[in-house]
Parts: sequence; C-alpha cells; structure tokens
Amino acid sequence: MPLDPSFVGRSWPPTEPYVVGREKIREFARAIGADDAEYHDPEAARALGYPDVVAPPTFPTVVTMAASRQITSDPRLGMDYSRVVHGDQRFRYTRPVVAGDALVCVNTVEDITQRGGHDFITTRTEVTTEAGEPVVTAWSKLVQRGEERS
Amino acid sequence: MTDGLEPQTFRVTRADLVRYAGASGDFNVIHWSDRLATKVGLPGVIAHGMYTMALVGRAVTTWAGAGDGVVEFSVRFSRPVPVPDTDEGTEIEVAGVVKEVTDDGLTRLSITATCRGEKVLSLATATIRKR
Repeated sequence: MPLDPSFVGRSWPPTEPYVVGREKIREFARAIGADDAEYHDPEAARALGYPDVVAPPTFPTVVTMAASRQITSDPRLGMDYSRVVHGDQRFRYTRPVVAGDALVCVNTVEDITQRGGHDFITTRTEVTTEAGEPVVTAWSKLVQRGEERS
Repeated sequence: MTDGLEPQTFRVTRADLVRYAGASGDFNVIHWSDRLATKVGLPGVIAHGMYTMALVGRAVTTWAGAGDGVVEFSVRFSRPVPVPDTDEGTEIEVAGVVKEVTDDGLTRLSITATCRGEKVLSLATATIRKR
C-alpha cells in the first residue's frame, strides 16, 4: 500500500518536552564509542564552556525519532515499519544538545514520493527548547521497500 | 589544518548494534533478527544507518576539535552494512577531504565510508567551524 500523499505539508503540534538526561548522553556516547571527556564528565564540559555534558552530533536522533512516531505510527499514513530503511539524514545545528535541555519537536512532512516500487517520505523536525530557542533541525528520508512479489 | 580526515577503521559487531539499539531507541527488527531482515529482502541483519553516521560523526568532531564545531552534517545511506553474527563482525572505513573553505571560515568536508570496499554512504558532508 503506498503512503498517503495527502500527508505532504502537514505539521503536528509540538511534542511534550524531552528532558535530556546526563546518563542518556553518556549511554549514547558509550554505544557509539565516543569517549571524549565532554560527553561524560560535567567538569570537562564546563571547562569547554558548556553548562553540562554535551551530546555527540547524532544524538538528536534519539529525540527526533521518538517524536516522528507522531507521523509514522498514524495508521492513515499506511507505513509498514518492518519494511522501512533509512535513506538520508541531515542535521543543521544552532548549538549542541546538552544535559538538562528540555527539547520540543515540531514535525512536518516535506515530501512523499514513489519510485521503483518503493515509497519515500521526507520529514523535517525543528528541535527547540521549551522557550523556543532553536537547537537543531533534522531532516530524515525514510524508504519503505516494496513488497516482495511472489 | 590537515587536508582532511585521516582514513580510520571502525569495527562493528552484533553486540554494537544491540547496544546502539538500546541507547538510541531504534528497535527496528532488521537490526537484530536475521529471520525478519531476510524476509524483507535484506542479506541479513544490517547496521543502523544512524550508527554508521555516528561513527562518521566521531571522526568529524575529533577533526573539528570541538563538538560545537559541527554546523551541518548530512549523509545518504547508499548501501546497507550487513553485520554477520561473528566475533569479527565487519569494518567500516571512514575518510574525508576538505572540499571548500568559505570566506566566513566554514570548512566543508566530503566524507567517504566504505564496507568491504563498497560505499555505504554517498553525499556525505560536514560543515565545520574550526575553533
């Protein structure tokens, strides 16, 4: 079933704030093998001018992926998540995420297309603080692979 | 300033994928079940694209000299990274060259990532403000 093209241009209300925990940043940094001190040690991070431990550049995916379920889990979109692979990813940073941030996401569907039996959906997620201070914008293109023909 | 990212190799095993799934919250079955991955036409369990991007991010932030040096970072996942259920897993090689230094002091890196000699990323770029 193709993805519903009427979702293009739609935006969703801001998500509930995601409060970034120091341990979550440490866990993420460990999982990707990033052992630089500013990801783990608040003192080291403060020495570099951050209020608390800093998140690695792809950490926002933790927040935006959860937020984008607003879109992908809507049954009217028609997405079968077991057939989804990641196509493109882009981040534009205003500043890095730091522990203690309360982040709010606004999701928009920028594009839905079909090619070669596969469906493509591009979403944009504006990540800000609760006060509206911009932090990072993330674009994701997901590919829903066509069903195997028997 | 060096001319680019020195080539570096990252080993990726199933244990890494399990740890990344937990840390990132991406529990897509194609990253842990051979049975379900092959059912959707993949060669087997593949790495999270975002895990590959994170490894590249490590190389880029180290090169930038600071986490907040990265202004923009984008990749296209051109080919899956199959991760066999072995102790060795697989390897991803990352390298990059400086494409441009703009008048306002931004450096654009063009990045390559390969697995078994094949490009797993295309159009991979990072824009960096050197401290």
